[in-house]
Amino acid sequence: MDLTYTEEEEAFRARLRAWLAKVLPTLPARPAAADWPGRRAYDAAWQRMLYDAGYAGLHWPRDAGGQGATPTQHLIFLEETELAGAPYVGANFVGLLHAGPTIAVEGGSEQRARWLPPILRGDAIWCQGFSEPDAGSDLAALRTKAVRDGDAYVVTGSKIWTSHAEVADWCELLVRTDPAAPRHRGISWLAMPMDAPGVTVRPLRTLAGSTEFAELFLDEVRVPVGNRVGAENDGWRVTMVTLSFERGTAFVGEVVACRRVLGALARTARANGRWDDAVLRRRLGRLSAEFTALWRLTQWNVSAARQPGGGVPGAGGSVFKLRYSHARQELYDAAAEVLGAGALDADQEWVADRLSSLSYTIAAGTSQIQRNIVAERILGLPKGR
Amino acid sequence: MDFQLGPEQRALRDGMRELLAGRFGRERLRAAVEAPALDRALWRELAEAGFFALRLPEADGGVGLGLPEAVLLMEETGRALLPGPLVACQLLAGAVDGVATGERIVALAETAVGPEPGAGSGLPPGAGAGPYPGAAGDGPLWEHPADCDALITLGDAEGADPVDQGRAAGAYRSAATDVLCAPFASVDPLTPLARITGIVRKTPLPLDVPRLRREAALLTAAQQLGSAARTVETAVAYAREREQFGAPIGSFQAVKHLCAQMLVRAEIARSAVYAASVTEGVLDVTAAKLLADEAAVRNARDCLQVHGGMGFTWESDVHLHLKRAWLRAARWGGVAAAEEALAAGLIA
Repeated sequence: MDLTYTEEEEAFRARLRAWLAKVLPTLPARPAAADWPGRRAYDAAWQRMLYDAGYAGLHWPRDAGGQGATPTQHLIFLEETELAGAPYVGANFVGLLHAGPTIAVEGGSEQRARWLPPILRGDAIWCQGFSEPDAGSDLAALRTKAVRDGDAYVVTGSKIWTSHAEVADWCELLVRTDPAAPRHRGISWLAMPMDAPGVTVRPLRTLAGSTEFAELFLDEVRVPVGNRVGAENDGWRVTMVTLSFERGTAFVGEVVACRRVLGALARTARANGRWDDAVLRRRLGRLSAEFTALWRLTQWNVSAARQPGGGVPGAGGSVFKLRYSHARQELYDAAAEVLGAGALDADQEWVADRLSSLSYTIAAGTSQIQRNIVAERILGLPKGR
Repeated sequence: MDFQLGPEQRALRDGMRELLAGRFGRERLRAAVEAPALDRALWRELAEAGFFALRLPEADGGVGLGLPEAVLLMEETGRALLPGPLVACQLLAGAVDGVATGERIVALAETAVGPEPGAGSGLPPGAGAGPYPGAAGDGPLWEHPADCDALITLGDAEGADPVDQGRAAGAYRSAATDVLCAPFASVDPLTPLARITGIVRKTPLPLDVPRLRREAALLTAAQQLGSAARTVETAVAYAREREQFGAPIGSFQAVKHLCAQMLVRAEIARSAVYAASVTEGVLDVTAAKLLADEAAVRNARDCLQVHGGMGFTWESDVHLHLKRAWLRAARWGGVAAAEEALAAGLIA
């Protein structure tokens, strides 16, 4: 058990820190939540800066256009960018954290060359077409069908909760290619261009007032067979790879951000007198233990990924996601206590954060689904009712 | 950074698990419940395996390992519910003769005067009296009084021997026969307790008391972690085997989710305990103890719930885990003190 960093890793940290100190002050203010084209441009520009400085796809393999950095360097990157208050991954979320890693592992060399560099440069935004109105948590119940017609699949159906669909260029799309097969077996993973004829995007308004996700209507959309990642009808396995990335590493940087928010809350409470409330003070103290432990669990998981066969995060990501998603909500509830009447001011950015934290126990697999995963895949309890 | 157990650490843990499975299996555990005197032969066997001398330098006949290894061994004792002042003997092996070899057994007791009972509770004076006599005026508790050769007390600066002047706190050693006790009915059948009412003679010990307290808290947290992990396994094993409504109860989502949350608690505690054994930071240890206490206590309760009526019987081992977890949670800093310390750390 070793928590120290090597000289090389510390040198990497120092270089990154110096670079962040230089470039962050030059960034413009982030566009408002509702300004999606503005946000896309902003997030893309930040990704381009990372790319030019050699920090894009840091831990992706070199043959996937990445830097081939170690998982520890990636961890340092996530820690330092959060500590410095660098922009969030934003509209690049699906491309960098789901579709990209999946294509890097499952895609052919031509597919990697075609899709990965634009993701890394910030030129291509991806969205996720997994959920359907009747197949959310029960993802394998999806019905969007793809019928082979020559060298293309003809796709018809609809998707929901598609984040960033309004500004996306590509969609990682799950379709049913064999309706006769058992439900987990007849699914394929496609990369669908969002400007293809037959694609309609209808924004959905979230409880936070923004339109960060949308409904997707697909009416005989032709997707070339060459856009399929993995074998036909093997999409479920490919999807499990995607989801394990989502649960395994996608929230790493956020833990650091939560620790920063917690420190800021404590100082605010001290300044406004709420610190005298022992119940509130102790809640913040407990959250400090929680987020410290979550950071240690992150270091544990990253170290585990270095071991043979550990390239794809395992079901252990569900353990992290379960506790983290609830702790994040507790953090913003405590924030409301600290800030009093400010908790009712919708213009405050942290109020938007509080509202968006409500999605964490639902998105990327609800807490109930995560508990099933932990119980069945880690603890070996029987599948059942 | 490689925050995983090394091959030698895994071998150490596995060896300890094997030793305890062989020497302190279920039958021995249940026999100890009926007759809780410590097994001196087992104590010496543990010593021979290097358990107590683990952290002493090899030049002094020790094993020369560190706090992370001590934590791994303590976790195993927590899994096995091994009784005895293991934390005290681990920490004092270099300070008291005969402890490293398992020939003498010592216990640790906190005798520093805490805040006035009820202080800061916001209740008017006397409001806490009620029909249930509280802990007010209670002396400190001593584990396994009949089995110990000596008692080491950790006091505050007040009343410290001149030798210890300038220290924040002092450690003292007393022969077991010099300690005056009142009987105390321990909730944990495997851990007899006595209430210390007075000490006739004390000899100062040159020990780093804040460090001793910190390490005692961490090693106790490690035992809690072992217990928390064990109760997950026990609950899962029962849920796979026990059938109701024509199916194993582990196939019911309500039971599954209880078990899953137990694992989450244990694994969160594990990350905190292992990290604190590496950093030795005071706040890291405080957080680790807080989370491990919670994992041990709540996992034992959930384990009991999974066992249903069987879990409420004396024959089931679940109550032994719960009672020991309560006992350990009350030692080396409780919930309120830990949360306050961590809160203070946020604005430091």
